[in-house]
Amino acid sequence: MRYTFEVLVRLKPGLLDPQGKAVEGSLPALGWTNVSGVRVGKHVALTVEAADEASAKAQVEEMAERLLSNPVIEEFQVLAAQAAAP
Amino acid sequence: MNERAPRIGVVTFPGSLDDRDALRAVRLMGGDGVPLWHGERDLHGVDGVVLPGGFSYGDYLRTGAIARFAPVMEEVRGFAEAGGPVLGICNGFQILCEAGLLPGALIRNRGLRFVCRWVHVRVETTLSPITAGLVPGEVLRVPVKHGEGQFVAREDDLRRIQGEGLVVLRYCGPDGSVGDDHNVNGSTAAIAGVRNDAGNVVGLMPHPEHAVDPDLGPTGGQPMLAALLEAALARVSA
Repeated sequence: MRYTFEVLVRLKPGLLDPQGKAVEGSLPALGWTNVSGVRVGKHVALTVEAADEASAKAQVEEMAERLLSNPVIEEFQVLAAQAAAP
Repeated sequence: MNERAPRIGVVTFPGSLDDRDALRAVRLMGGDGVPLWHGERDLHGVDGVVLPGGFSYGDYLRTGAIARFAPVMEEVRGFAEAGGPVLGICNGFQILCEAGLLPGALIRNRGLRFVCRWVHVRVETTLSPITAGLVPGEVLRVPVKHGEGQFVAREDDLRRIQGEGLVVLRYCGPDGSVGDDHNVNGSTAAIAGVRNDAGNVVGLMPHPEHAVDPDLGPTGGQPMLAALLEAALARVSA
């Protein structure tokens, strides 16, 4: 079976996010003066071929830990799988 | 007398930029520069390794995140674990952090801008392959050029880095004073370079290899590369 996952990677809370700051700083120019706490993260979509969903998810968790995120500065979240079209 | 000059391997990854400069700097300092290829599982018997600056794998995902899995990095890890001197410059520093060979990580500069300028750095410890023979407090002039050089670390790691003398260099003023004005990228505690516990692996954002030729400007990189050659030489005679 093929399973499609989405992995969200974000900077840990407390770490300064210069990208988020830059985005936040440009929103008032468009009229939004009511925005705070902008953080920019990453979204990774991938399809895994595996025997079952649990095995696919375990592999994606490992990918996220070893490559897709850096545990020193980031945390990640693997979103629920969807069975991909064959 | 040793029979030969120390052989310093410089790894070229896809997207490395400063490999040629590093090889040239090694030669200028009297060493033998050996080009190494990222796809090879072979260090060709070198006595020291430099991971040069650049944008390996286009900095995709995170700086250094993909290069750390290059075949040659397994060899570099083995070499480092055996006590061999390893120097990571700029992108090389980022790769060593990603590989877990050095503590911490490098994120986007505080000011969001790419910084390209000469800076002063202060020697914080002589227990590293690039500062042995220098004096703590000594100030060197070297260039930086990076977009992601802000050093950060977990709180416990940071305590260890600072408490156990793992900080090798700090950004400073010409007189050696450390302050926010001199911190070009917002690094935690103005940290410009760190070493591992054993003291044989070191990473720094500034570029000593661009500061060795008196015809081209300040030569603050000379003593660091001279120290690296000395550390490598110790392996030759060992």
